[in-house]
Amino acid sequence: MTTNADLYYEDVELGQAIPSFTRSPNLMEWNRYAAVNDEFVYIHMDVDKAQAAGMKDVFGMGNLRLAYLHNMLRNWIGITGDIKRVDVQHRSLNFKNEKLICKATVTKKYVEGAENLVDLELEVQNPEGKNATPGTATVALPTRI
Amino acid sequence: MSQQEKVPSVSDELKAFVGRPMRRQVSDPVTDSDIRRWAIAVYWPEKPPRIFWDKEYAETTRFRSIVAPEEFNPFAWPINPGETLLTDNDLEPAIKRMGIGMNILNGGGGNTYFERIRPDDVIRAETILDEVYTRPGRLGTMLFLIRKTTWVNQEEKKVRESRNIGIKY
Repeated sequence: MTTNADLYYEDVELGQAIPSFTRSPNLMEWNRYAAVNDEFVYIHMDVDKAQAAGMKDVFGMGNLRLAYLHNMLRNWIGITGDIKRVDVQHRSLNFKNEKLICKATVTKKYVEGAENLVDLELEVQNPEGKNATPGTATVALPTRI
Repeated sequence: MSQQEKVPSVSDELKAFVGRPMRRQVSDPVTDSDIRRWAIAVYWPEKPPRIFWDKEYAETTRFRSIVAPEEFNPFAWPINPGETLLTDNDLEPAIKRMGIGMNILNGGGGNTYFERIRPDDVIRAETILDEVYTRPGRLGTMLFLIRKTTWVNQEEKKVRESRNIGIKY
């Protein structure tokens, strides 16, 4: 049993949409992320190289979109929950200043061993309304019991 | 003819690399600055949660210390890049003989998390080439290369298992 948790297992409902996380990243975000992840790749930095690779312009890192999804999950579960697993596929690119809306919906609740687990379906919605990064996640939450 | 039948299958030459270790790395000790900077970057322009940078606060939580964001990379900026056993260059001749281009995309992947990473942790990782397959794509045949990486800390506790999808086209 946990007291004073940020989010309890019992308070999660199937089909629930969790609070979203939104960013419109450009070189300010990409440069900072490149610096910490040591991810200096020309297609994220140099328009000539990006176009030579078949893209219209430089585009953001898939790893940063993955981080944004983690931010969304962390904001929801708080300090008392745990992210257990995140799986994603990058289906399309994000270009400068495009608004990315990270969303998730609860798909399953279950107990496994000593853990109270919640599965979610993940989405990074791009300006076209499409899911640029579909995925799934599992979080563990404390219980009031 | 189906879409899959229109693209080349993975050659036996490339399949021979599956299961082989690609890389072994040992991180430098993680610092609280590494964690703070990562958190700042991924939450930019908002301030990140205190658990990632406020030592006094973190010591009052169940973690008893600062912890890194789950997706944190302790192998960034290495002095010792580790032991490389198999590189993309080793795979390239086989990939080229399949008629696949040398452009690359990050196809995503997944992480399963275990122990949190803390300041002073030293993380050891081993990566293997786990799977390869082809799919048709907008830009032609796409070759999917799946790498699996296992991380353990200095106490031999598992920290993470990762699966990364690299796409050549």
